[in-house]
Amino acid sequence: MNGPIPEHLQKTARGEPVTMLEAISEGLFEEMANDERVFLMGEDIAVYGGAFKVTRGFLEHFGAQRVIDTPIAEGGFTGAAAGAAHMGLRPVVEMQFMDFISPAYDVLTNYIATSLYRGAGHMPLVVRGPVGGGNRGGPFHSQNVEMAFFHTPGLKIVYPSTAYDAKGLIKAAIRDDNPVIFEEHKGLYRAPALREVLPAEDYVIPLGEAKTVREGSDLTVVTYGAMVHKVVEAAEVLDSEDGCSVHIIDLRTLLPLDEDSIVESVKRTGRVLIVHEDTRTGGIAGEIAIRISERAFEWLDAPILRVTAIDAPVPYSGSLEDYFLPQTDDIVTAARYLAAY
Amino acid sequence: MYRALAVTRAAEERLEILQKQGHVTGGLYRSLGQEAGAVGAAFALNRRADGTGDFLAPTVRAAGALFLFGGELVDFFRQYMARATGPTGGKESSVHWVDFSKGFVGPVSPLGTMVEVMAGITLSFKIRGEPRVGMVFSGDGASSTGAWHEGLSFATAQRCPLILMVEANQWAFATPTSKNTRVASFTEKAPGYGLGAESVDGTDVLAVFEATSRAASRARAGEGVQMVELRYYRRKGHAQHDAQEYVDPAELTEWEARDPLMLFEKRLVEEGWATEAEIDALREEATEECRVAAETAIAEPLPTGSDATRDVYTDVTTQHPWTRAATPDPRVAMDVI
Repeated sequence: MNGPIPEHLQKTARGEPVTMLEAISEGLFEEMANDERVFLMGEDIAVYGGAFKVTRGFLEHFGAQRVIDTPIAEGGFTGAAAGAAHMGLRPVVEMQFMDFISPAYDVLTNYIATSLYRGAGHMPLVVRGPVGGGNRGGPFHSQNVEMAFFHTPGLKIVYPSTAYDAKGLIKAAIRDDNPVIFEEHKGLYRAPALREVLPAEDYVIPLGEAKTVREGSDLTVVTYGAMVHKVVEAAEVLDSEDGCSVHIIDLRTLLPLDEDSIVESVKRTGRVLIVHEDTRTGGIAGEIAIRISERAFEWLDAPILRVTAIDAPVPYSGSLEDYFLPQTDDIVTAARYLAAY
Repeated sequence: MYRALAVTRAAEERLEILQKQGHVTGGLYRSLGQEAGAVGAAFALNRRADGTGDFLAPTVRAAGALFLFGGELVDFFRQYMARATGPTGGKESSVHWVDFSKGFVGPVSPLGTMVEVMAGITLSFKIRGEPRVGMVFSGDGASSTGAWHEGLSFATAQRCPLILMVEANQWAFATPTSKNTRVASFTEKAPGYGLGAESVDGTDVLAVFEATSRAASRARAGEGVQMVELRYYRRKGHAQHDAQEYVDPAELTEWEARDPLMLFEKRLVEEGWATEAEIDALREEATEECRVAAETAIAEPLPTGSDATRDVYTDVTTQHPWTRAATPDPRVAMDVI
């Protein structure tokens, strides 16, 4: 260890609330402190501390061998992470924006995801970075990338919605022996409403387990990421104006999908709405719907519906982006249609 | 050194026989004319079986290097014949296997990727302060891929102790080097990356050994990534199914006269390092060794189909879809799950 822990990473230790971004920083920092095999690579993460400052203060504490500024070569440094993982290290790679993960698609899908299967050994590495819209970032700073990787056996995909979950999940992802893609919604990073006091002690949240956000009996909504908060808003409207009781499942991990939690809830409510911020065609709603059809068809009282972004690149102007993204009203409308079906 | 050349040649000739007999599962890739590049290069490295030596990422045309790093002949045949007993249990082919103790990582088919992976492997040597170097082979075709450039950008910026062997065999499948790059030698690319580079006659095993030894010394001394270009010719098709109609027969004849085994045999005799009888004995020994290894592998079982669900994750079970059962019944499935 090189000197004291930076002040801004001690909020939990002091009993102060943290944002989701701070929770992720704390999680990364603790894992690096606890396991010297963990190291970071990415663009502008060391000297600058990362585009969103997730790794501010890490270079000074852990040194340049463990906090590495890379060339703008996402394929190059993700592939290098694979090599380092072969040698027993546990790399955590930052994509400055997850929109830029595409050059690493080849190595992630062809090399990293297949390594264990090919007998080339397990791949304990994490690729993390900011995703999501609502920040007027335009087509190249706003995308959700889960479905580019959802189809690849061997990968895990995590997408937290709260500070507590983000910290527990990033720590679990780093300790996981499989490659994990970790999506951090930039609209949630510093959202004041998400500030919370976290447990002072070490904790992890197992990958692959969804969470019930709200108990309800009339309708199940399956969602994740930033949409969780819009679904909660919608559920409050439905409760107060319609007396409709909404059960909300936050997937937290998209791959492997917690199918049992979804099916169990659908069997109780008989109605299901899937909400995701990602675009519509080939979105995760399709996969969830077929799994419900396979396992709970006869419990359904209504068709399975989805509320998603529209099938378009993410537009820049606020009016366009708000139209593009699913809004609380859209969720209320679809839920009312289902409840009355 | 001659023995390694002879084993490489004999192993691939044995594979041709096995393929004609129907034992080889997929493609067969010969390195005829390129054997000295692999053998000379591997000889320049520190080969150990305890996980402390130098590290190799071969291509399918560098099997000789793999053997020198301790890759077993019998595993080579098991791989080509997709046996359950092979190092990948029939999930992958040819030289696509790893042994981290012996210090090798077999390639994946998008070969430029291996430059990225070896950048990371050699980065780990640097992080841990280990005096080890890595060597990655890539063909002239792979040098056109983004992965090759991204891997080099990263490795050179990090001054990784990496040696890049460019197998300039003049063909990328059926496309000549002139359609992959405008430069006459890959060493012309080196200054753009800040690489040390040498070009060497890839048919001359001793010249390859010497050039690679110099590159390894520079890499080990902290001078960063080094390139060695191997100039030679791929005398067979991309794979056995490729009849090379696009090749000028005169070129093949010209390169047959520069066969690396023949050239080294001549040298051995001229220098008085070996007699013709000793050379013949080594070749017979190699042929016999390959025959025995191949026979062993042939007798071994193929994997069971359901093994296809294993090892997708370390901790998540891959299910056989119930809709593909003999009598799919959703009610049963719902209760069972």
